[in-house]
Amino acid sequence: MALDDIYKEVILDHYKSPRNKRELPGAELTCTRNNPLCGDEITVFAHVEDGTVREVTFQGAGCSISQSSASMMTEATSGGTVEDVLALASEFRGMMAGEVEPDEDRFGDLVALKGVVKYPIRIKCAVLAWDVLQEALGGSGEATGASAHTIS
Amino acid sequence: MLDVDAIRRDFPILEREFQGKPLVYLDSAATSQKPVAVIEAEAGFYRHHNANAHRGIYTLGEEATEAYEGARERIARFFGATDPARLIFTRGTTESINLVAHGWGRTFLREGDEILLTEMEHHSNIVPWQLVAQATGASLRYLGLTDDGLLDLSNLGELLTERTKIVGVTAMSNALGTIPPLRQLIDAAHAVGAVVVVDAAQAAPHLSLDVDALDADFFAFSGHKMLGPTASGGLLAKREHLDRMQPMFGGGDMIREVFHDHATWNDVPYRFEAGTMQIAQQVGLAAAVDYLEALGMDDVRAHEVEITRYAMDRLLEAGATVYGPKDTEIRGGAVSFWYKDVHPHDLATILNEDGVAIRAGHHCAQLAMRRFGTPATARASFYVYNTASEVDVLIDSLAKAGDIFAF
Repeated sequence: MALDDIYKEVILDHYKSPRNKRELPGAELTCTRNNPLCGDEITVFAHVEDGTVREVTFQGAGCSISQSSASMMTEATSGGTVEDVLALASEFRGMMAGEVEPDEDRFGDLVALKGVVKYPIRIKCAVLAWDVLQEALGGSGEATGASAHTIS
Repeated sequence: MLDVDAIRRDFPILEREFQGKPLVYLDSAATSQKPVAVIEAEAGFYRHHNANAHRGIYTLGEEATEAYEGARERIARFFGATDPARLIFTRGTTESINLVAHGWGRTFLREGDEILLTEMEHHSNIVPWQLVAQATGASLRYLGLTDDGLLDLSNLGELLTERTKIVGVTAMSNALGTIPPLRQLIDAAHAVGAVVVVDAAQAAPHLSLDVDALDADFFAFSGHKMLGPTASGGLLAKREHLDRMQPMFGGGDMIREVFHDHATWNDVPYRFEAGTMQIAQQVGLAAAVDYLEALGMDDVRAHEVEITRYAMDRLLEAGATVYGPKDTEIRGGAVSFWYKDVHPHDLATILNEDGVAIRAGHHCAQLAMRRFGTPATARASFYVYNTASEVDVLIDSLAKAGDIFAF
């Protein structure tokens, strides 16, 4: 294992300069979840209209992996149809499970998170924002995080 | 003074390497490593004396019972209790506190009663009380913390009143390291007629503790944090409480006689030990307290103070923020910190590459984390086998993390 696999420049860049990290006034969908292992918490805001995810933003605090993944996710999902976004979420999960070879055009910066697969305990960090978005969109997020009301 | 080199030779796991680097185990506050004497005691029980305790008429069964009850006597005495019946064996602190909450709390708490806890408690000394408060109508109060991570006793008089029926307090914080003024709190609680449950999970491995000198009503500890096997540990209590509280679990060996609609209880402590217990593990814990006693608890504590002082000095010098008291006289060897702007989770991953094992997270102490405005910290914790040169490895590895995140 080499730390370069996980701490790629693009991940550190999204961590230090997160994209779309702000509240979204008037967002139709808002959802918060935390990772009970580390206390990281992410809120995702989505503006959804006529089956299209117009805009996605996030807020929260956490490690470089959870924060950069959230930042990349907002870029990769804004503008897509709900169906596209849920499909991408499922592919992203597949990549993090080591089962799906990512389509670089669709994934963009998200490809950088592939290296996290070698650090099994950190996969939850990478998937956290996607759990929140999927829950917000009513898709089937896997229970890798816990809902905010859960005592853990 | 401890002979740390000799001690290290007693712990086979310290010979492990990760990617060619020796293990630097700095997570003893989560669980301690085990010396050969403990591993052999547990294995030896299975090899030579294994049978169920309190049941067999045959010689082997008698040996198992003797080993189990011998462990009870030995461990109770380690904490200053001469009557072994005052020690209920449990899987550890969490189960012990739950036994107090459900066995004592559900019997004696009523609507309007108050349970006083502190904001530095581990979740295992909070959540059982929330469950019992919901069931009984009692309410929860909390002693706050000062900026230095000490208990804020300035409003103790308002919080500790004749409504307070039980006080739950840690003897050493797992997140901040703080050692609260236990005897003072226990005396104050007794003065208003409250009983006190002490969470000794972190303190028992490091301090010389005497339940009677403390005058603690309930005293919960975990074997696995004090060189013993997982699932060993117990609850020491005053006999008057044990005689009056209800069992939490029903089952074999805890009864005297069973009828269609009710049962009568076995004697204390057996009425609280339903089913087959963790016999080999408690035998292992007895070997652990023998080992600690041979080292001498005063020397164990002196080593902790020395290495904690060195670690805090080096962390502060490296630019880390250290939580909790800086005075080693009132703190233990769990040192929570933030290093520059590196998130604890990232730090733990980077340190792992150098064989350094630290904890990152909220340490099951979210009230304390929230008090200091952070969701998580990195935590290095020390025990009898840790050395100053391991602290140096930690510090060097921190610098690496700083480089990665400061591009």
